[in-house]
Amino acid sequence: MTVDGRGRTPRPSRYEGTFVDFDALFGHLGQHTVDGLSKGSIYALVALGYTLVYGVLRLINFAHSEVFMIGTFTVVGTWSVLGATDSPAIGTVILLLLAGLVAAAAASGATAVAVERIAYRRLRRMNAPPLIFLITAIGLSLVLSEAFGLWQGRLVKGMPTIVERSVLFTIGNTEITNIQAITVVAALAMMFGLDVFINRTRYGRGVRAVAQNPDTAALMGVNKDRVIALIFLLGGLLAGAAALLYCLRYGNTRFNVGFVLGLKAFTAAVLGGIGNLRGALLGGLLLGVVEVYAATLTSSNWEDVAAFVVLVVVLLFRPTGLLGESLGRARA
Amino acid sequence: MTETLREINDRRQRLTAGIGERVRALPRWQKALGLLAFVAFLYYLPYLGVPGLTWFRTDYIPQGNNWAGVLFSCAIYVLIAIGLNIVVGLAGLLDLGYVGFYAIGAYSVALFGSTQSPVVKALQNRFDLSEQWAVSWAICIPLAIAFTMISGVILGWPTLRLRGDYLAIVTLGFGEIIRIVARNSAWTGGPQGIAAIPGPEGAPSADNTIFGLIDPKPWYWLALTVVIVMVFAVRRLEHSRVGRAWLAIREDEDAAAVMGVPGFKFKLWAFAMGAALGGLSGFLFASRNAFIEPTQFNVYLSILFVAAVVAGGAGNIPGVAIGAFLLAYLPERFRDFSEYRTLAFGLALVLVMLLRPQGLIPSRRRARELADRRKEAPANV
Amino acid sequence: MRRKYVRALGGVALAAAMVAAVGCQDSGGDDNASGDGTCGGKIAIFGAFTGPNAGLVIPSLNGAKLAVKQHNAENADCQVTLQEFDTQGAAEQATPIANQVAQDQSFTSVIGGHFSGESKATMPTYEAAGLVMVSPSATATELTAAGNKAFHRVVGNDATQGEAAAVYFKNTLKSQKVFVIDDGSTYGAGIAAELTKGLGAQVVASDKVQTDQTNFDATISKIKAAQADAIAYGGYTNEAAPLLKQLRAAGVTAKFLGFDGLYDPAFPQGAGAGAEGAIVTCPCLPAAEAGGTFSADFEKEYGVAPGSYGAEGYDAAKVLLDGYKDGKSTRKELLDWVDAYDKEGVSKYIKFADTGDVDPSKVVIWAYEIKGGQITPQSEIKLS
Repeated sequence: MTVDGRGRTPRPSRYEGTFVDFDALFGHLGQHTVDGLSKGSIYALVALGYTLVYGVLRLINFAHSEVFMIGTFTVVGTWSVLGATDSPAIGTVILLLLAGLVAAAAASGATAVAVERIAYRRLRRMNAPPLIFLITAIGLSLVLSEAFGLWQGRLVKGMPTIVERSVLFTIGNTEITNIQAITVVAALAMMFGLDVFINRTRYGRGVRAVAQNPDTAALMGVNKDRVIALIFLLGGLLAGAAALLYCLRYGNTRFNVGFVLGLKAFTAAVLGGIGNLRGALLGGLLLGVVEVYAATLTSSNWEDVAAFVVLVVVLLFRPTGLLGESLGRARA
Repeated sequence: MTETLREINDRRQRLTAGIGERVRALPRWQKALGLLAFVAFLYYLPYLGVPGLTWFRTDYIPQGNNWAGVLFSCAIYVLIAIGLNIVVGLAGLLDLGYVGFYAIGAYSVALFGSTQSPVVKALQNRFDLSEQWAVSWAICIPLAIAFTMISGVILGWPTLRLRGDYLAIVTLGFGEIIRIVARNSAWTGGPQGIAAIPGPEGAPSADNTIFGLIDPKPWYWLALTVVIVMVFAVRRLEHSRVGRAWLAIREDEDAAAVMGVPGFKFKLWAFAMGAALGGLSGFLFASRNAFIEPTQFNVYLSILFVAAVVAGGAGNIPGVAIGAFLLAYLPERFRDFSEYRTLAFGLALVLVMLLRPQGLIPSRRRARELADRRKEAPANV
Repeated sequence: MRRKYVRALGGVALAAAMVAAVGCQDSGGDDNASGDGTCGGKIAIFGAFTGPNAGLVIPSLNGAKLAVKQHNAENADCQVTLQEFDTQGAAEQATPIANQVAQDQSFTSVIGGHFSGESKATMPTYEAAGLVMVSPSATATELTAAGNKAFHRVVGNDATQGEAAAVYFKNTLKSQKVFVIDDGSTYGAGIAAELTKGLGAQVVASDKVQTDQTNFDATISKIKAAQADAIAYGGYTNEAAPLLKQLRAAGVTAKFLGFDGLYDPAFPQGAGAGAEGAIVTCPCLPAAEAGGTFSADFEKEYGVAPGSYGAEGYDAAKVLLDGYKDGKSTRKELLDWVDAYDKEGVSKYIKFADTGDVDPSKVVIWAYEIKGGQITPQSEIKLS
C-alpha cells in the first residue's frame, strides 16, 4: 500500500475479481449453461438421496454426503484393483465403468442402509425429535469422513482418466463433450427410472403410503421398516452412481469431498422443494447453472454466495421450494 | 454391543438418579454457598495446583498448551453455547450459521478498533485524524453488540417465517456468506486478516500491565466474568415473559399462537439475543488474540457448536456449558490423539444421542418432553 | 444433620487446600531458570504437524530434528532439547502456545511459525517475551514489514519468489498472456499479487478459486476466453491438482506454473498425467545442491528425500544450535546471536537484515519441472 502526499494511506483499491464481467457470461452463454447443467446433474443425483429420506421420514440425513464419499473411494479402489490405466481400449472402458458402477452403488447403498440400521432405527423407536436425528447424522458424518481421512490420507487422491474427453458436437460456439453428455443423460435416465419406480410399482406405492402417513400405512399392512430401508438403499444407489459420474468428470477425490458436495446437494433439494423428486432434479440443475454463471460473472470464490442468495430469494417467494414439497403427489 | 452399552447406561442412571433432586432439595443458603464456592473455584482454576487435580491441566503433558489460554477458549465456547442455547434450546430454532455472528462480533472490534484496518484508515483519511486514531475498545463493545443484533434481525426477518429444516440450510448459507465476504472484500483485510486488535488497555503492546501479551490469565478472568453475568441475565430472561413465550413456541407454535403469543416477534427476539451473545464472544476472542483471519470462522465450527449444545443438553445452561467446555477442552488435554480428535468427537456425538438423547445434563422440561414422545411412539408396527 | 456439617467442613478444607496450593505451584512445567552458565537449552518449534497441511510442514520439522540430533551427538556437554507444539496451522491455537512458551523460562528460542497467519498472530507475544523466532517457511512479505524484533526467517519472501516467477515467465517461457489464479488464502493471494506486480501488462486476466473446490469449469472457460499461453497458480495441492487435471482434460495446453505450495509429492500424484511439464518454483535448493552432507543424512534418517523446506528447517535449527554451542544460553543472548549471524547454511548463505529477512541477493529460487510424476530440478532462476 503506498502512502500519499499527506502521509496517509489512500483508500484500499478493490480486489480484482469483484467486478462484474457481463461479456464473459453472455459471450459464451450456451457453453456456461451446458457446463452448469452437467455440474448440476451430479448435484441432482445426490439431492435425490436427501429428498427421498426427507419425503418419507421428514429428517435431514446429514450423513448422506459421506455415502457419496464412500462411493468415490470405492470407484478408485475398484479401478486400481482392476489395474486401470489412462484411456484404455473401449472394451476395458466398458468393463471398468460397469465394475465401478456396481461396486460404488453396492458400497454406497450398503453404507446408507447400515446408517439407517445402526442409528436411525433406534431413534425412530424412541420417536426422537428431528434435531436428535440431525446431530446423530452429523456425528456419523464426522466419523465416516475422518475414518477415511485417517485411512486414505488427507490429500487429493488422483485416479486414471478412463474416458478421454472429446467434443461430441458443437452448436454455435458451444462445445458439448462426451463426459458432459454421459453425465446429463445418465442422471436424467436414473431420475426417470426412479420416478417410474415410485409412481408405478408396488414398492413405490408402499413408499408413497409411508410418506403420506406412516402409522396408517403400517396398519394397512405395509412393512414400514422395510420401506424405510428401501428408500435409504435407493438414495445410496443413486449416490453411488453419482460417485462414478463424479470420478469420470473430475478424476479426483478426497476424504472431505462429501461435505461441500453434500451441502450443495442439500441446497438443491431445498431449492426444488425437499421431498419432491422432480424438485431435486430442477433444483440441482438450476443450482449448477447459477454457480457457473456467478463464477463467470465475478470469480469462482463468489459462486457459493450466489447459490445461497438464490436459495434465500426463492424461499422468500416460495417457502416450500420451487415445486413444493410433496413426494410425488402423495402428501396431502 | 449396543445392548451392553445400554445396560451400563441403565446402571449408571440408577446410581445417579436423584442427585439433581437432592441438590434442589437443599436449603437456599446452602445452595447459595455451594454456588459461591463453585464460582470461586472457577476463578481459581488457572492456578490449579492441588496434587491429583493437576492431571486436568493441559500444560502438564509434553507439548501441552497454556492452561489459562485453554481455559479462555473454553470460556469463549461456553459463552457461544449460552447464546446458541437461546436460539436452539429455548426457542427451538435450528441455527447452523451461528459462526456468522461470532465473526461479525470479531470483525466489529477488528475493523473499528485496530489501526491496521482498512475501515479505520479510511476514517482517518476522511476526517483528517491522526494515524494512531481508532475507535476505543470500550466503544467497540456496544458496536459489536449492535452490529450482531442488527444482522440477526436482518437474517431473521425473511427467514424466520420458514419451517425448521429450511431455516437450517438458510442460516448455514448465511454463515458461509459472512466468511466468503470477509475473505474476499477489501474492506475486511481479505485473507491476510487484521492484526493489532485492541484490548481493554488499548492496542496490544508489551507495556500493557494487566491484559498483556504474555499472560492470558486476566483474559480468562475477564471472559469468565462475562460468562457469569450472561448466565445470570439469561436465567432471568428464561423465567420472564419472553422466556415462557419461547418455551411455548418451542413446544407447539400453533398452540402458542392461539393462546396469543406472537410467534414471529418472539422468534426474532431469540435470534437477536442469541446473535448478540455470539457477537460478544467473537468480540472477546478477537481482543484476546489481537489477530483474526477469515479461516477461523469456518461453517464447520457452527455445526460443531450446535452439536455440542445438543449433546450437552439443549435448553439447560449447565448442560450446554459442559458440552461447549468439553468441545474446547478435550482436544487440548489429549493432544497425543490430535489426529483422532474429530473422529472421537463424532463417535461421542453418536453415542450420546443414541443413549442419552436429552443430552448430558438435560433440562428437566426437555427430558420430560422426550420421555413423553417416547411413550407416544407407536407400537412397533 | 451431622453428615451435612462433615460435608461442609470437608468443602472448606478443600477450598483452603486449593488456596494454599496457589502459593506452592504457580505455573506448570519445569521452571528451572536458564542462563546459569550451563551449555544448551530448550527450543520450541511450532507449526501444523497434524491436519490437512501437515505434509508441507513435516519435512521442516524433520530437518530441525535432524540438526538437533546431530548437535547432541557431537556435543555431549551441550545438550539441546527440541519441543514440538502442534498448531494445526490455526492462528487461534498458536496464540496460547506462544503464551506457554513465553511463560516457561526454560525455552530460550523458537523455530516457527511455519505459516504466515500463525506467525503474524504470535509475533508480538514472542517479541514481548524477548524470544527469537526463526521461521523456516513463513513467506508473507508483510511479516517483516512491521518492525517486529523477534521474527527472522531463513526463507525468501513472497516478493522475491513472485518476482522470480515473473522473470521466469518473461525470459524462459517467453509468455505473452499469463492467467493468474489464486486460492484466496493468505499465502496464495499474497504471492499471486506479487507476481501480478512483476508481470504488469502481461497478465491478461485472473480468477480466484476457493478451498475444497472441485469443479473448475468457470475458471477453465475464462482461461480459454483469455487465450492465455501460460497459467500461474498461487495456492496448495488440494485445489491445484484437480484444477490442472481438468485443465488438461479440457484441452488447455498453456504452460502451468505453481509456487512452493505445490512443491509436494502429492501434487504430481493427484494431477496424474496432467502434471507432466508443469513448473513449480521454490525458494528451496534441490537436494543435490544443498550444502554438505545434509541430503544424504536426511535420507538416511527418514528414508525419504528432504521435501519442501527440509533444508530450511535444518538451517533454522542450525542458526540457533550454533548459538547454544557458542555458550549463549539466555533469550537475550540468543536474540543478539541470531541478529548477528553470518554464515553459510545448507539452503543458502544466512545473514539477516534488520527486518529479519535474509539478504535477498542470497535467496536462490529454483524452477522445478514435473517429469514422469517426479519433481525434478530444472534451473535456478536468476533475478535481473
